[in-house]
Amino acid sequence: MIGWLRSSRARAAVALTGAVALVAVALLWVVPSLTAGPTVREEVLRVPVGAEADGSTVDLDVAVYRADDGSDARLPAVMLAHGFGGQREDLVAQARRLALEGYVVLTWTARGFGGSGGRIHLNAPAYEVADARALVDLLATRDDVLRDTDGDPRVGITGGSYGGAIALLAAGYDQRIDAIAPRITWNDLAASLFPQFAAAADPTTPAALEPIAEPGVFKRLWAGVFFGSGSASEGDPTICGRFAQDVCDAYGASAATGVPTPEILDLLAASSPASVLDRIEAPTLLLQGQADSLFPLSEGDANARGIAADGTPVKLVWFAGGHDGGDQEVERLDALTLAWFDRYLREDGTPADTRFEATGQAASLFGARTGADPQVLAADAAPGVGDAAVVARRAVPLEGGAQTVVAPAGGNPAQVSSLPGLGAVVSTLLRGSQRALPDIPGQSALFQTQPFTEPFTLVGSATVDIRVRTDAPDVTLFARLLDVGPGGSEAVLPNRLVTTVRLGAGGDSTVRVVLPAVVREIQPGHALRLVVTTTDQAYAMPADARTYGIELAGDGALSLPDVPVTPLPSDLSGLVLAAVGVGLLLVALAAAAVILGRRGRHVAEDVEPGLADVPLVVRNLGKSYAGGFRAVSDVSFRVEQGQVLGLLGPNGAGKTTVLRMLLGLIRPSEGELLVFGHRITPGAPVLSRLGAFVEGPGLLPHLSGRANLELFWRATGRPAEEAYLDTVLEVAGLGADVDRKVRTYSQGMRARIAIAQAMLGLPELLVLDEPTNGLDPPQIREVREVLRTYAETGRTVVVSSHLLAEVERTCTHVVVMHRGELVAAGPLDQVVSADGAGDSSADLESVFLGLIGAT
Amino acid sequence: MSSTSTTRGVHDLLRSAPPPPSAAPDGSAAGWSANRTLPLRVELVRQWRRRRTQLVLAGLALFPLVLAALFARNREGVVPGGTRFVDLATGGAVNFALFVVFASSTLLIVVVVALFCGDTVASEAGWSSLKYLLASPVGRSRLLRQKLVVSFGLALSGLVILPVSALISGGIFFGFGPARTPLGSVIPTGEALFRLSIVIGYLAVSMLFVASLAFFLGVHTDAPLGAVGGAVMLVIISTILDQVEDLGPVREILPTHYIGAWVDAFNDPVVWQDMSRGGILSVAYAAVLLALAWRKFLTKDVLS
Repeated sequence: MIGWLRSSRARAAVALTGAVALVAVALLWVVPSLTAGPTVREEVLRVPVGAEADGSTVDLDVAVYRADDGSDARLPAVMLAHGFGGQREDLVAQARRLALEGYVVLTWTARGFGGSGGRIHLNAPAYEVADARALVDLLATRDDVLRDTDGDPRVGITGGSYGGAIALLAAGYDQRIDAIAPRITWNDLAASLFPQFAAAADPTTPAALEPIAEPGVFKRLWAGVFFGSGSASEGDPTICGRFAQDVCDAYGASAATGVPTPEILDLLAASSPASVLDRIEAPTLLLQGQADSLFPLSEGDANARGIAADGTPVKLVWFAGGHDGGDQEVERLDALTLAWFDRYLREDGTPADTRFEATGQAASLFGARTGADPQVLAADAAPGVGDAAVVARRAVPLEGGAQTVVAPAGGNPAQVSSLPGLGAVVSTLLRGSQRALPDIPGQSALFQTQPFTEPFTLVGSATVDIRVRTDAPDVTLFARLLDVGPGGSEAVLPNRLVTTVRLGAGGDSTVRVVLPAVVREIQPGHALRLVVTTTDQAYAMPADARTYGIELAGDGALSLPDVPVTPLPSDLSGLVLAAVGVGLLLVALAAAAVILGRRGRHVAEDVEPGLADVPLVVRNLGKSYAGGFRAVSDVSFRVEQGQVLGLLGPNGAGKTTVLRMLLGLIRPSEGELLVFGHRITPGAPVLSRLGAFVEGPGLLPHLSGRANLELFWRATGRPAEEAYLDTVLEVAGLGADVDRKVRTYSQGMRARIAIAQAMLGLPELLVLDEPTNGLDPPQIREVREVLRTYAETGRTVVVSSHLLAEVERTCTHVVVMHRGELVAAGPLDQVVSADGAGDSSADLESVFLGLIGAT
Repeated sequence: MSSTSTTRGVHDLLRSAPPPPSAAPDGSAAGWSANRTLPLRVELVRQWRRRRTQLVLAGLALFPLVLAALFARNREGVVPGGTRFVDLATGGAVNFALFVVFASSTLLIVVVVALFCGDTVASEAGWSSLKYLLASPVGRSRLLRQKLVVSFGLALSGLVILPVSALISGGIFFGFGPARTPLGSVIPTGEALFRLSIVIGYLAVSMLFVASLAFFLGVHTDAPLGAVGGAVMLVIISTILDQVEDLGPVREILPTHYIGAWVDAFNDPVVWQDMSRGGILSVAYAAVLLALAWRKFLTKDVLS
């Protein structure tokens, strides 16, 4: 085993196997989706439900999902509802994920949309709510759904916007529903479409709004988008599209004037969860969006207060996105929803989690927060919800005197804050910026705080009392709260939100204005700026021109909610896993390095002590290359100390291959080489007693000849005084040129430096391959003499050449090779005479030509 | 050998040299030890004296200075206090440093890392000096290890020089004020510098893949350009594939998938999720590539 490990190929294999195994583990962790689970079965049904007012029958497009895991156990059910203008197909991915978590999942297309029949009644109790109850009936009959009692399935409902409202309304009308998780939906549809942010009472929750009785300002752009998506029909455009006639008529009348009719107020009230909150007993997870000018945070707060008032568990979450775009935090909201259902439908025994969570404002140099995890701020409970104490407030004085502002005729030009329904488009245009757009001159009254001296996290709605004086018959105003940088440098309008105030009478009035609910870290040096404006593009505005006098009232201060939130610890499991993974890999790498790096210990088999004084023994050496070409076969010879051995042969005889094997650069296919009794392997220590110049110089062109020699010697790690640098520089004989860069050298100069490099340290065995290439005749003679002298010092020289005369004059012994085989070996004179048949005139050339069969 | 006196001098010098000292038991020459061959300092000098090394590092130091000077001279295109990333670049030292890192992380840094790590073995093979090092002898594994340490070290120094130079250049031209975010908030300078060091650290880890890929290719070829260009090309291909959303989860194991995750260092607090995944992915790829590089180099026939 140990012996096996010594082979470098085996060591590499061990290292590679370890690395691959670790990588496989790492990948399984990095890509959870590679670990596939059971599949999900889909059943598509048509479910008949209550007829329309005109008697036409209606059936719904329904799909049921269940994990196909072979089990027929009864499971709790979840109903998934889609948003306005959507259909059940939008929910397939979410339904499949929930099904894999062990739920029977029912999705359906609401009446008036997609493949379902009927008309849109805006979640009216007699239609859409009754439909939802019919679907609960359907679940109660299924034998794969868990039942509380006969006819009462264990079921939860979740959905966004229109689908969120049906969850709330269904839970209000049907006590069989066991848990709900509505997202970005309304409390009071009238308040959402005709928002009124003039407060009648002190706020109890962070984003609370208890508006005065007066209907607010028509949210015309959002209302248009909302109703437009319901009336759009392909091919045959009609005014009402698939809306029920009563809804269509009531909306049309209000949209034309901007003032709600009693009919639409009644209709919207019936479609509002506000009417049933006291009847909801299903634990409720409320997911409300901060980037939502359609159903703002105040709607979620109103739902939370109303449901929790009777002790029903409520968890309130303000995530980053909403109808205006932004980060929808889908993964986090899905995880929260699943945990909610696991707690209240599966009753998995986890403790109730009713903490209030608010996603922190992005605080990245790159604008929108990057990476997977948003920063979440949390409090033990939402202030003012259920048993929790009402929200604390702090007053921050505002500065600014009485100001007069103008509302232009027709409300034009108008301030632009948000462009509802175009959230994503606007985000793209503004590159995620929340910078306030410039105010239109003369339309805005400004009031500002002193810069904050320490950071303050604003969670919820600020309020302010203002006095308004006007000759106009009524008042329409818009309020914004800006975060202003040091010196007024940058004004940011968080989430581009604005609130509206509408008073039915002019004259002189004092009003408490609730400002947009936000989550924002106010940095030291930053101030808050209140801007009261007469216009906003997104809302209906009075047609006549008018002026308002605006000044601070009451204590002249901003009242800020003070919610003690702390950041939820971010999920460190990933970091820990990564640290463990990286640690494991580094350990594996270190182990591999140790195994690989351990020099093959010098062991007995690699040494033949009897040959310790023999510079070179070659035994049965052979080399085949891939493809079958045999460069060397069965070559054996021996070089004794003090010899100058000529390795002779025509081009392609295999001389250079033998020398490469001698240096450990390539491995013999058969046989072996022993230098001073030590078997040659790549990097064998005995190579340090050998100097070589094989197949041309290998010099660093950017260094001088001298620097090449010095660095080469330093790379051997041996003491500088053993280099005999002066001696070998004399051999090179370059004079002052030795300090020029090698790239300027001629071929001969390079060869001379390379010979000098081979002689560094005066090695006991000097190997030179065609050393005289590129040298002129006097230099060739010098080399010859130097080699002879070198051998006289007891050292040994092996020189290969195809120049016969050269070898004849230099060498004491020769080895002749031809086509990879040894054809003659021995002292020069013996080789010459052995052939010659007594021919006294024999010389090496004729002998050589005879040996290789050229004569 | 140009004069007779020199020639005679050679022979005298050779004859006066003492006979070779007796060899060590492992057969090596006296004073030789496998653990002392190709010391890091020597390899560093060999690489440092190359014009290429000096030019690249100097270029990385000067590039931010030139960029900052251009920004400072030509401010028409820049909205003061604007919220575009480029506008923020002139907001101060840290903003500028981040801009430079952002602008260079996709290609410039990749090329620099590939250059140092791809060329180190391949250029030795190209100069034919590799065989002399191996025959001197430097063990094959040790040669790779020393070259790996020095080339990765040079790449790392490039990775540090660029943002540090950008930080100084930005400070000179735009002041050393705190970093500003597009949302109007600020990050104090000390905190921002800490975050910047996280960025450099993550870039270093994520560049391990690029470095190892280039090193792996460099062991396979005698052409330095092939190793460097090949590594850069593969990185670009991986980046392009990463933009093909149809590939789905496969993209998550592309080596460059998390290459931009360093931006998470400027969230508050730092988001580690993608950086930790990117880090482990990069180390994993590096481990495989380096193991393959070792396997190839330990078993190959060195012909050049």
